[in-house]
Amino acid sequence: MQQSQEERGPLENGSPKEKQRIIRRIVSQLTPHQSQNSHLEGDIAPKGLPEAIPVSRMGAFFLKVSSLTIFTLRFFKEVFRPPYEFHELAKQSFLIGYKSFPLVGITGFIIGLVLTIQSRPTLAKFGAEAWLPAMVAVSIIREIGPAITALIFAGKVGSGIGAELASMNVTEQIDAMQVSGTNPFKYLVVTRVLSATLMLPILVILSDAIGLFGSYVAVNLNGHVSAYLYFSQIFQSLEYKDLLPAFVKTFFFGFAVGIIGCYEGYNANKGTEGVGKAANAAVVFASLMVFIIDMIAVQITSLFQN
Amino acid sequence: MSAIEAAAVTEHAHHQDDHVVVAMEHLEKSFGDNHVLRGIDLVLKKGENLVLLGKSGTGKSVLIKCVVGLVDCDEGNLFLFGQNVADLDEKKLMDIRKKIGFLFQSSALYDSMTVRENLEFPLNRQQQPIPKEEMESLVREALQNVGLAEAIDKTPLELSGGMRKRLGLARTLILKPEIMLYDEPTAGLDPITSKEISNLILEVQQTYGTSSIIITHDIDCARRTANRIIIMKDGVCVAEGSYADLKKSADEWIRSFFE
Repeated sequence: MQQSQEERGPLENGSPKEKQRIIRRIVSQLTPHQSQNSHLEGDIAPKGLPEAIPVSRMGAFFLKVSSLTIFTLRFFKEVFRPPYEFHELAKQSFLIGYKSFPLVGITGFIIGLVLTIQSRPTLAKFGAEAWLPAMVAVSIIREIGPAITALIFAGKVGSGIGAELASMNVTEQIDAMQVSGTNPFKYLVVTRVLSATLMLPILVILSDAIGLFGSYVAVNLNGHVSAYLYFSQIFQSLEYKDLLPAFVKTFFFGFAVGIIGCYEGYNANKGTEGVGKAANAAVVFASLMVFIIDMIAVQITSLFQN
Repeated sequence: MSAIEAAAVTEHAHHQDDHVVVAMEHLEKSFGDNHVLRGIDLVLKKGENLVLLGKSGTGKSVLIKCVVGLVDCDEGNLFLFGQNVADLDEKKLMDIRKKIGFLFQSSALYDSMTVRENLEFPLNRQQQPIPKEEMESLVREALQNVGLAEAIDKTPLELSGGMRKRLGLARTLILKPEIMLYDEPTAGLDPITSKEISNLILEVQQTYGTSSIIITHDIDCARRTANRIIIMKDGVCVAEGSYADLKKSADEWIRSFFE
């Protein structure tokens, strides 16, 4: 028997706008403390849910992961849609890439230096001192360089993005952008995530190079090895399978740091307290993601190498 | 035709009226169990200053955020320039919303930008690129209109509360909106600066012919700027009239706003 329109209800026969409104209302009723900020309304906002529906900490974690997934999907939807914010992308790349270089450079140098000084006695015990350049190079290029740089990057850039967007959120600057006809997601989130994704690989390359130079300096602290000999040994020991996976995974590290920093900042609430929480959560969550991605990358690389 | 249908047709015709720029029909908005708007019916006519009064938490800010699209209403109809917002696609809605200016309570200035960049930002977001000379002249004109020509290269953090409000107003007015929404424009300001801001609101109305909804707790600001006042209580409009009429209201609670 055919149902009348009234029987089917507005969810089945209403206009798309009407359906959206009904769904939004249901979601609103499920999340009693939903933020009033409209730019959050497209996302599942886990804030307030623990008060509305008793969820375990594990449940809250999965809610956050699902919310982050929706945020990430929105990024991929917006990134290909014009208008493109090239000017802001260049500005953010300068701030995120160039301004992070001194910190990353110093860290890379120290890592190379310390790794060499710490490894040398052990290798000397086994009479394998000649393998020092190769060991240091493979360690830095394949793992230590990308991982340490990504962690430093998460600490500096992730927290910076989280705090900046959270601060803009609580002072209504994001709302002001929306009112002036700007898509704040595209302007703030897409540009920062792209910059982080593109800048981290460059920073890792520079950090690796400086790390190897630090290693060369360490070798020369207790003897003399020519730069030509030292770097020849390094390049002889490296293969594409060392360089390529390490380089590719840095794009994922950068993306993770950018998207998590933006997610935490963009969804911040509770005033100034929320700014601190967003910055903190951005660093913690992004650092964890770096390790998780690293683990997955190592497994995938091993599969192909075997 | 039933009486209800006849009333609906009359209401619809009313919203198609050229003199009505904003019309709300039984607008409702809830945040979970908190029913902030409980069926608001309101009309803003072209060129008028409408002041919303009411205790904190009665839904005044949510109401104007619904108008500008920062908050979506749950029930009811919102008509902007005679068009039902629910029937418009995203692009048409964006075009209409560009005609609406919003002065935030906190001014919402971009702290990482200078005063000049704050004003250039909305101009740069326009579909048609604006030549550099024209942009410079628009920025200088907007700053002169609010008495901030000297502060062009300062950052918002170097400005006083009153100057920040005026800059926020300049940034909003630079796009020449037809509707202005003011969220507590004089909050946190001294009486002299509050008076200056109230006068600026009047100037905006007279110079640009804008229609405005002004939310305020400052009764002096309401007296100076209002053509009409609506008083809200618990998410509904409970009284409407001129300043003089409401001041003499028989209802003691309404009179208490004006004491």
